[in-house]
Amino acid sequence: MSALTMPTRSEPEANLRPVPWRNMAWVTWRQHRLTLAGVLALFGAAAMYLLISGLPMHHAYATVAACRPITSGICRQVAVNFLGNYAPGVGYVVGLLHVIPALIGAFAGAPVLAREFETGTFRYTWTQGFGRARWTIAKLTLLAVAVTAAAAAFSVLFTWYYQPLIGAGDDNGPLSPAIFDLRGIAVVAWTLAAFAIGVLAGTLIRRVIPAMFATIAVWAGLAFATGAYLRAHYLAPLLTTNPNVRSPAWVISQWWTRGGKPVTLDTINKTLGAVDVRAITLGVFQPGPATPANFGDPVRYLIAHGYLQLTRYQPTSRYWPFQGIESGWLFALSVLLLGTTVWLVSRRAT
Amino acid sequence: MSVIETRCVGKCYGSTWAVRECTLAIPDGHVAALVGPNGAGKTTLLNLAVGLAAPTAGTVTVLGGKPAGSPAALDGIAFVAQDTPLYENLSVTDMLHLTRNLNRRFDQGYAEARLGELGIPFERKTGELSGGQQAQLALTLALARRPRLLVLDEPMAMLDPLARHDFMATVMAAVADDGVSVVLSSHVLAELERVADYLILLSRGRVQVAGEVDELLARHRVLTGPAAEASRYDERLNVVFTQSGGAQAHLLTRMNGSTDPVPPGWQAHPVGLEELTLAYLREPDASALPGPTRAGDTEPSEVTR
Repeated sequence: MSALTMPTRSEPEANLRPVPWRNMAWVTWRQHRLTLAGVLALFGAAAMYLLISGLPMHHAYATVAACRPITSGICRQVAVNFLGNYAPGVGYVVGLLHVIPALIGAFAGAPVLAREFETGTFRYTWTQGFGRARWTIAKLTLLAVAVTAAAAAFSVLFTWYYQPLIGAGDDNGPLSPAIFDLRGIAVVAWTLAAFAIGVLAGTLIRRVIPAMFATIAVWAGLAFATGAYLRAHYLAPLLTTNPNVRSPAWVISQWWTRGGKPVTLDTINKTLGAVDVRAITLGVFQPGPATPANFGDPVRYLIAHGYLQLTRYQPTSRYWPFQGIESGWLFALSVLLLGTTVWLVSRRAT
Repeated sequence: MSVIETRCVGKCYGSTWAVRECTLAIPDGHVAALVGPNGAGKTTLLNLAVGLAAPTAGTVTVLGGKPAGSPAALDGIAFVAQDTPLYENLSVTDMLHLTRNLNRRFDQGYAEARLGELGIPFERKTGELSGGQQAQLALTLALARRPRLLVLDEPMAMLDPLARHDFMATVMAAVADDGVSVVLSSHVLAELERVADYLILLSRGRVQVAGEVDELLARHRVLTGPAAEASRYDERLNVVFTQSGGAQAHLLTRMNGSTDPVPPGWQAHPVGLEELTLAYLREPDASALPGPTRAGDTEPSEVTR
């Protein structure tokens, strides 16, 4: 057939050993060290802030925690003062911290494969002896572990940071949407999910910038839907006529009935008109000039007049079950998304 | 052994067939040139061979029957894609290290010596190298894997003539030293003439010509004679392509045997690879295929018009 002959290879073809997995450690590190440094910087900056502002807050909280007896009026006042000093500022920070998983997804997740496609380097990498499915599995696993570890460290710090506000009886209990997904395992699961969303978006869109925006959009939609609708139904909410259900329990809805039938704001206002109190919502009351000085709690007044306040809520004791449920489905989703990515990569390249 | 063998392979993107009913066997030990007009399916065929694309229909095997893209296939094939994609933010040293980590074999000594000879600075980022240096680096990385088959997709498209020469010199040195088989697609016909000893001509996603260059050249000739008589031989002589300039006509004909007679008043000339290729490119309906790639055909198929 030809004059040239191939040199015979001593290696038997049958036991062709694959390139060791550990080789991908250097490859991943070298190619993503900037990204990993960025992730570290992002979490590091957040951690620095939490430490710097958290230490004085913990110092101030020592007074609240040391106050005895806890139920006394003076102790209540100390706690209220503490919350007045710290809760508003913390509220803004907490709002900002919510974007961290989205940033991880957009900056660490989306470019992993999108950049390979955009620059054409997948043609180089996926034709090396390592094999493209193994390359994808190794790279995604290493990056996912790194991102998860960073998020876990952040979670520990944030849980510590926020504890005084919960201890002092802040309006945001541990289950409240404002902080639930920033504490415990949930923040780790959300970060991993954002990373997985980014990776898959990058694989499907194949361009870095559009994939980043898609990642943020999908993550935001998912986070909003979960906080606003899904989480309240992980376990059937409890229903009570006890008017004293409030933070730290998570009150989902509250309404009034009379004679077993729900009543409207107008009906309540008719009753409250006698003491010149106006109900702005079913839970917020505005006394008028003619309100007697010794008029106590409008809720008690309404109950005394035959109304019943019903509250649907999730008790604080469900914090860990809820953490488990939320991180459970998020971890499952992440594995599904990353698995889909590996499948897509091994199935089609061009 | 065939380095690349396809059977009735089709690949379609959306509703467009890039390669269709493509049956081909490229024997090993050759520098095989894959030639064809733009959109003929050259890149698709090479992507199928290196496992970057999966065929829509048919099968592709490499290195004597290994499924394309399988670990054993990837181990033995080095691919340099069009525009030689490299990680632009990595230094040359990092690219060597990267490639070593991604393969079972990597001849670091060869790579370093080769890059040293070429004067490519090791600490420079690949994105800052010239086009010729990038191509040489990509080629060196591929050859340092000690492949049995080197697949090059339009390796010289971006290079100036000197860089082309140097690039092909590296390829030919590897062929001479290691006996590596090469399949390259190219537009640069003049370069191929010097290096290729096997030719595959693709047209509209199908194989039009395939065979060893020497054999193809021996079986074709150009007949020069009066233009007025040209049409008379169309039927009898397997004319691939007719070029008439004034009173003279040049017929590229395919011979059935080495003793085909030359018509009286006509002169026969041997044909060059470039001339042969151009003739077939201009006549996409003509084909010249060797027997073994077509089931049931023991004789070379007739040239059809």
